[in-house]
Amino acid sequence: MGLGFGASVVASIGLTALYALGGQPQLEGILLGVSLGGIALGLILWGEELMPSVPFVQERHDLPSTGKERGQAEESFEAGAELVERRSFVGKMLGAAVAALGLVALFPIRSLGTRPGPSLYRTPWSAGARLVTVDDEPVLADGLQVNGVLTVFPEGHTDSADAQTLLIRFDAAEAPDLPGPLEWTPEGFIAFSKVCTHAGCPVGLYQPQSRELFCPCHQSVFAVMEGAKPTAGPATRPLPQLPLAIDEEGYVVAQGDYLEPVGPGFWSRGRD
Amino acid sequence: MIERTARWVDDRLGASSFTREALNKVFPDHWSFMFGEIALYSFVVLLLTGTFLTFFFEPSVTEVTYDGAYAPLRGVHMSDAYRSVLDLSFEVRAGLVMRQIHHWAALVFIASIVAHLCRIFFTGAFRRPRELNWMIGVTLLVLALFNGFTGYSLPDDLLSGTGLRIAYSIALSIPLVGTWMTFLIFGGEFPADQIIGRLFVVHILLIPALLVGLIGAHLAMLWRQKHTQFREPGRTETNVVGSKLWPTYAAKSMGFFFAVFAVLALLGGLVQINPVWLYGPFEPQQVSSPAQPDWYLGWVDGALRVFPPWELRAFGFELPNPFFPAVLMPGITFALLYAWPFLEARYSKDHAVHHLLDRPRDHPVRTALGAATLAFYAAMFFAASIDLLAKWMRVSVHTMLFIFQVLVIVSPIVAGWVTYRLMKALQASGADRFGHMPLSALRSPQETSEGS
Repeated sequence: MGLGFGASVVASIGLTALYALGGQPQLEGILLGVSLGGIALGLILWGEELMPSVPFVQERHDLPSTGKERGQAEESFEAGAELVERRSFVGKMLGAAVAALGLVALFPIRSLGTRPGPSLYRTPWSAGARLVTVDDEPVLADGLQVNGVLTVFPEGHTDSADAQTLLIRFDAAEAPDLPGPLEWTPEGFIAFSKVCTHAGCPVGLYQPQSRELFCPCHQSVFAVMEGAKPTAGPATRPLPQLPLAIDEEGYVVAQGDYLEPVGPGFWSRGRD
Repeated sequence: MIERTARWVDDRLGASSFTREALNKVFPDHWSFMFGEIALYSFVVLLLTGTFLTFFFEPSVTEVTYDGAYAPLRGVHMSDAYRSVLDLSFEVRAGLVMRQIHHWAALVFIASIVAHLCRIFFTGAFRRPRELNWMIGVTLLVLALFNGFTGYSLPDDLLSGTGLRIAYSIALSIPLVGTWMTFLIFGGEFPADQIIGRLFVVHILLIPALLVGLIGAHLAMLWRQKHTQFREPGRTETNVVGSKLWPTYAAKSMGFFFAVFAVLALLGGLVQINPVWLYGPFEPQQVSSPAQPDWYLGWVDGALRVFPPWELRAFGFELPNPFFPAVLMPGITFALLYAWPFLEARYSKDHAVHHLLDRPRDHPVRTALGAATLAFYAAMFFAASIDLLAKWMRVSVHTMLFIFQVLVIVSPIVAGWVTYRLMKALQASGADRFGHMPLSALRSPQETSEGS
């Protein structure tokens, strides 16, 4: 055990030197481990070997109080309670005052957050809003290759979590097969909300061969050619589709906001 | 000097008789009693290292451009919170080791609470008169889980931001009050600016204060009721057999504290944990793949993955899918945990006072139910890694998902049945230890009537 304490002293000195020299995480861990472990070893051996190890026996006392003690406690309480009850009107007023104050004390909770209002039903997308990349670059209709995929935002809202949208481009020849109204998918462009309808993660993975979107959090799969309908995993609803258009300058724009709330479900989602 | 101080204090407080009683207090010994100690000591380590971390962490989402010591992220826009964690890790002397010890201590803290809970459960230590302390213990577990989550959400890295995003969606799924409640907690629609600052206050003040208070109550009740002990010659319901607090138990216990701290220091120094600089700062449109939470939330994440794509919609209202696996299931879990001592007393009609512990075989039904429950949560825990398991085993993620949907149902049944038969066989064979049981006892388990 002397050895343990000794090793601890040596390691502590080492730690001091190391710290003075600027420190190094791995060595700090080892030296601190030895400093602490030395004391541990010493104490445990000391306790095991040099201290009394013959088992001691101690009696347990009954936990419940005796009937007499309970009676006395009850009496003391009753004596006071009687005085209170005699002034029952004052007592009731005290109750009312405390209840009113308690209610008032709840009000500051309201200050904690904004009213949900329409925020869960709306995103910053609006008619004519240009699609921009996260670096605020507007997307030109001939700027994205066929089978390419891009995360886009409405211009001026690149930090909006609920506006994040996946823009995918297909061969225009296939365009008649694209899901959704024909006028929503100009020149083979199609866009879906990137917020998973299950638990809100960004649906980050796209497999061009199978044309599936894949959520890395809980493995929901969405089939792009079926209107981003969930085909596997826990998601229950398709990713909402963003109506697109091409403006006269050749930029891809939105025709308006999503027609339904994006992202995970909530109690009153169906009541816009 | 010590004597003079002691006399000075006693003159003012009259603490001698309590001190004598305390020093002579007897504590029984068993390896399984040490899980609770590990939890207590890792909590002390959490307080020590955590206090250090608060001096450097900046709970702010103000955007800054990084130009610190970690070259790969220079020039990247990030929150001040994330920047301060990078500085803490790379520029503050001993900062990284403190941060890593803190994270390891949190993982060990919750692991030892769960092990302690299993010990209490399988030996029946929750029975009368210890039901209150069981409920405090369950509360401590809930608080520890919350504090773990709030803690690893603070650095505002990509992984923890994804976790917060999921937590937000789970809160949103609560019927009737979910929307308002979520907006009040987060301050607005995700990602609201206030959340990091709020999590910080909850993580370093509110929950730790509750933990300190409840741990105090937990220990005070243990002190008052005295520790349980296993059935052995000389040990009865009316005595405690073991070593005295002073000096033997104190020396061993303090030694054990240093041992726990030493292991955490070695882990913190040598085994990398939560390297947030590799994940990058949180961006709402990015996500890390794979994305797994810290181990103690794996069961909830796994449940979110295996629960089928069901939700309820009626009259324009809906109960979204995450409500069932991530609100209802944990709710039932903790409700059953709180109620267990009373449920067992009621169904086994055992309302007697117990200070002697059961061996798991003494109560095969309880043991089998416990094993089945553990199998259920273990299946969900591993289900939180179906993407990784599928990759390693070269099967599709959805095959793996199906396997786990089956396992979540089947493994509790198998584990419960096997455990029940084993406990019965062990009881009948009379073997002292599991390893001493003859194999024949398994082949012909004697069908005795329920002895439990």
